[in-house]
Amino acid sequence: MKKIVLPALLTVLLAACSSTGTFDQPGTSVEDRSSTPGTGVPTVTAPSPAGSGIAALTDPNNILSKRSVFFDFDQFVIKADARPLVEAHARFLVQNPQMKMLIQGNTDERGSREYNLALGQKRADAVRQALTLLGAKESQIESVSLGEEKPRCSESNEACFAQNRRGDMLYSGEF
Amino acid sequence: MTKLLSNIRLLLVASLAALSCAAEAQLSIEITGTGATRFPVAIPMFENEASLPRGVTDVVRADLERSGLFSLIDMGLVTVPVTTMPDLGAIRGRGADAVLSGSIYPQADGRYDVRFRLFDTQKQVELGALALRMAPAQNRATAHRIADFVYEKLTGLPGYFATRIAYVVKSGPRYELQIADADGMNSQTALASREPIISPAWAPDGQRLAYVSFEAKKPVVYVHTLATGQRQVVANFKGSNSAPAWSPDGQRLAVVLTKDGQSQLYVLNADGSGVRRLASSPGIDTEPDWSPDGQWIYFTSDRGGSPQIYRISSAGGGAERVTFDGGYNVTPRLSPDGRSLAFITRNGGRFQVAVMDVATRQTTILTDSARDESPSFAPNSRMILYASESGGRGVLAAVSTDGRVKQRLSVQAADVREPSWGPLIR
Repeated sequence: MKKIVLPALLTVLLAACSSTGTFDQPGTSVEDRSSTPGTGVPTVTAPSPAGSGIAALTDPNNILSKRSVFFDFDQFVIKADARPLVEAHARFLVQNPQMKMLIQGNTDERGSREYNLALGQKRADAVRQALTLLGAKESQIESVSLGEEKPRCSESNEACFAQNRRGDMLYSGEF
Repeated sequence: MTKLLSNIRLLLVASLAALSCAAEAQLSIEITGTGATRFPVAIPMFENEASLPRGVTDVVRADLERSGLFSLIDMGLVTVPVTTMPDLGAIRGRGADAVLSGSIYPQADGRYDVRFRLFDTQKQVELGALALRMAPAQNRATAHRIADFVYEKLTGLPGYFATRIAYVVKSGPRYELQIADADGMNSQTALASREPIISPAWAPDGQRLAYVSFEAKKPVVYVHTLATGQRQVVANFKGSNSAPAWSPDGQRLAVVLTKDGQSQLYVLNADGSGVRRLASSPGIDTEPDWSPDGQWIYFTSDRGGSPQIYRISSAGGGAERVTFDGGYNVTPRLSPDGRSLAFITRNGGRFQVAVMDVATRQTTILTDSARDESPSFAPNSRMILYASESGGRGVLAAVSTDGRVKQRLSVQAADVREPSWGPLIR
């Protein structure tokens, strides 16, 4: 044991003799970390929209003010009770070819965020396909997904989940 | 004059904002499980450490303790100068199998040299020595480097203390993409938005993050250079753009686009150019992750009826199914050493972190929680950071690949999610 310790001890003693604190061990050149690229991270604030300016779209007595199509659990087909709403919006798009629409698909919160984003896209696509079958132009509509990110209701129960399984229709100026 | 005043005002607002961020958004880490046997190590105060405005060895001790692999032997006020041979027998007598000696040398320019040596008290040998130069404010960064040195010498694996993590904090209507040191300290906000931010992914250079931001009312993939705050849109095609994953060389990104129909895999250059489709499936393909050798892209697909993990050659071609047990296996993430695959599995209605040995395909569920998401490996492949839920709030948690070491990281009164562990930069 002494044999092992002795060389180390000698080196240490030699090092101790030097008044400048030189440390002559292998791998002991001083690594200068004081000028490493800064880890400072400036904050960027993302910009935030204003409304379409068309009264019919926000008039609570007009069916066009309703913008949500709801879906059943694990389902991506538009239910019969949503037909009149989808038809009204399709008519509006046909009559107003300058108007564009963004459809945002949503899911409940269970499972992976990215997989839910893909599921939400299926709901948005279902609404888009129904609208184009009813005469709206492909170029008027973009279908996207918000996945589970923008829940309308944030409790973890079925009533709440049902409100979050939906597609929302937004018009030019609202997105 | 007015310009000066407005500049001062701006500065005030900025410093107030910085202060409030620092006060409310600190991640605190709680150890909830440790290794079966912990290596006893002594880290006495460094000689002359009291001359530093802020300490170093306390941070080294905290790092090692938090890893769950070490127990710290208290040395009281004893210091072991780096220039003297420690009394290894006496230190062994206190129960320590290793000891770190060290000294601080103030430099003329106000900086400090930190010199340290590690000894094995059983074999009575020196395991290594190193000297680092630091500015006084770099005490934590230096300490993390020292902890990495000790960790590597004693475990044979690279340490992960001198690394950064990215995650998203949601407080009320505000979303913040934050960057912190791996110990949760020094958190800084890279992006603040009123719309969601998901799927942050570190570039292999550790300087850039790719992520999905919904600020344009739809998912768009950005690449953000952290040091400058410069952002570039790399995928904003018609439809949704999501799930960015860097190629190991940092030149390309795998992304998920819906421009041609359902969610499908594409590869593009890191500046957004040269988009090409990687695969075509009749269902959803998403959550790509490159294998560290660049050969494979693992991903989630429901082509077989339920979401399962598949892999495809990064050059394209046919897909091979990887998971078979259970009806929901998602979010594949390869370990940096390429040996393990972490993913989320649904187990009796609960979403939990599982790890698969890539060679044998043997799978182990590592957690007993119910809402786990977004696993991300530490650079040494030993720990997995993931999002979970505790008391109705989003928290981050970490588990070792053997399931023994467990930690919880939370921010007071906010939801934390979408963690991503940055690379080791040397």
